[in-house]
Amino acid sequence: MRVAVDQNKCIAAGQCVAANPDVFDQRDSDGVVVLLEAAPDAGQEDGVRRAAAACPALAIQVQG
Amino acid sequence: MSSSQVQDPTGTADAPFFPMSRKPGCPFDPPPPLREAAASHPVSRVTIWNGSTPWIITGHAEQRALLSDPRVSVNDRLPGFPHWHAGMEQVSTRRAPSVFNTDPPEHTRFRRMMTAPFTFKRVNAMRAVVQEITDDLIDRLLAGPRPADLVEAIALPLPTRMICAIMGVPQADHAAFAAQASVGMKRDVTVQAQVESFRWQHDYLADLVRARAAEPRDDMLSDLAQRVTDGEITVEEAAAMGVGLFVAGHETSANMIALATVALLEHPGQLALLRESDDPGLAATAVEELLRYLGIVHMAQRRIATDDIEIGGQTIRAGEGILIELASANRDPRAFPDPDVLDLRRPAPAHHAFGFGLHQCVGQQLARVELQVVYGTLFRRIPTLSLATTLDAIEFKHDGIAYGVYHLPVTW
Repeated sequence: MRVAVDQNKCIAAGQCVAANPDVFDQRDSDGVVVLLEAAPDAGQEDGVRRAAAACPALAIQVQG
Repeated sequence: MSSSQVQDPTGTADAPFFPMSRKPGCPFDPPPPLREAAASHPVSRVTIWNGSTPWIITGHAEQRALLSDPRVSVNDRLPGFPHWHAGMEQVSTRRAPSVFNTDPPEHTRFRRMMTAPFTFKRVNAMRAVVQEITDDLIDRLLAGPRPADLVEAIALPLPTRMICAIMGVPQADHAAFAAQASVGMKRDVTVQAQVESFRWQHDYLADLVRARAAEPRDDMLSDLAQRVTDGEITVEEAAAMGVGLFVAGHETSANMIALATVALLEHPGQLALLRESDDPGLAATAVEELLRYLGIVHMAQRRIATDDIEIGGQTIRAGEGILIELASANRDPRAFPDPDVLDLRRPAPAHHAFGFGLHQCVGQQLARVELQVVYGTLFRRIPTLSLATTLDAIEFKHDGIAYGVYHLPVTW
């Protein structure tokens, strides 16, 4: 699985961190998404898909 | 039989009036016409207070599409914008630009000035404070007379104290501020009362921002004051952000606390599950399910189309108003199996209680922590908590921008 985030679209709702804090974080200064792991392992995939579905700004792209 | 009952629901001549009444005896369910709309014609029209006939979106998928569509604007100064009421229309020309009335790229700039205190980690780091305040309020409730009003005792003070602490509003002013903020949340408010309360809140916060610019503290108003000093925003813009944050940050959570208490007392099996479960994750799924089921933001989010949009077999024309009725989408049977069942273990709920798209609630993670702590604590500490009245004697906020109860007499 490959994950990409668009920081320009991000609105800092925090849904991705709630869904998978191992793959996503938020910048302290404004809460914008920080991608911790662009190629998460199989155990992380569920949380990543939930994060992408929950993102209100459609800022998370998942491949594979 | 009149043919008007079966006409095309998208016609303007017979568009039903919105807001609509809930069915008597069903205080947790959206009005029946909206339920039918969500199931059969999720994009239709209604008539609102000024006689205009904007679109109303009741379907979950249709809301998701429109709330993330750049052709759908929150600019409430555009002609034809479907305001909540006359007072809001009047205030719209005086409100400084903020997250609430701008689109990108302006919106992005304002939003990022507000988000730092509300990140998942920052808010979860405050969980101990939320727990401490909740325990303190419950101690006071238990030490006081029975029956007591749960709204005054817990539901309102907890979120008010939290949002004021984050913003930096002095505790001595909390009550006065909360009273002013509640004025604009009533749909039958007079234009004059709306304008006066708006001015009071605005002036109060503008003064506080100026004070923080002179003597900064570790709070959000000091952060906004720094941005004013740096020339990024005006004092008026900082005050507008503060007013919006306070209004959105206390009464909505208060309504969720009190209304969920009523709903859980009416669903004893679900309440027992919440009270007795050993599963630490249950409080979290319970909060999401109650957010979905109760759908307290029931006056429809207001938008306007800036271009023609095809959706749900209809064409929304540029310049037409759009009402996104979040509560009915949370009961859309196409999105949620058995949508009328309150099931605290319901998995993966993509509810719209916080909206969707770029304007989704800034404070949603704070609300989640507050509700998780309160639901997880209240019924364990007071296992005999019960209504000191009957369901039909409770006064529900049918006239509120956010739904809830005005008072909740409880005993134990």
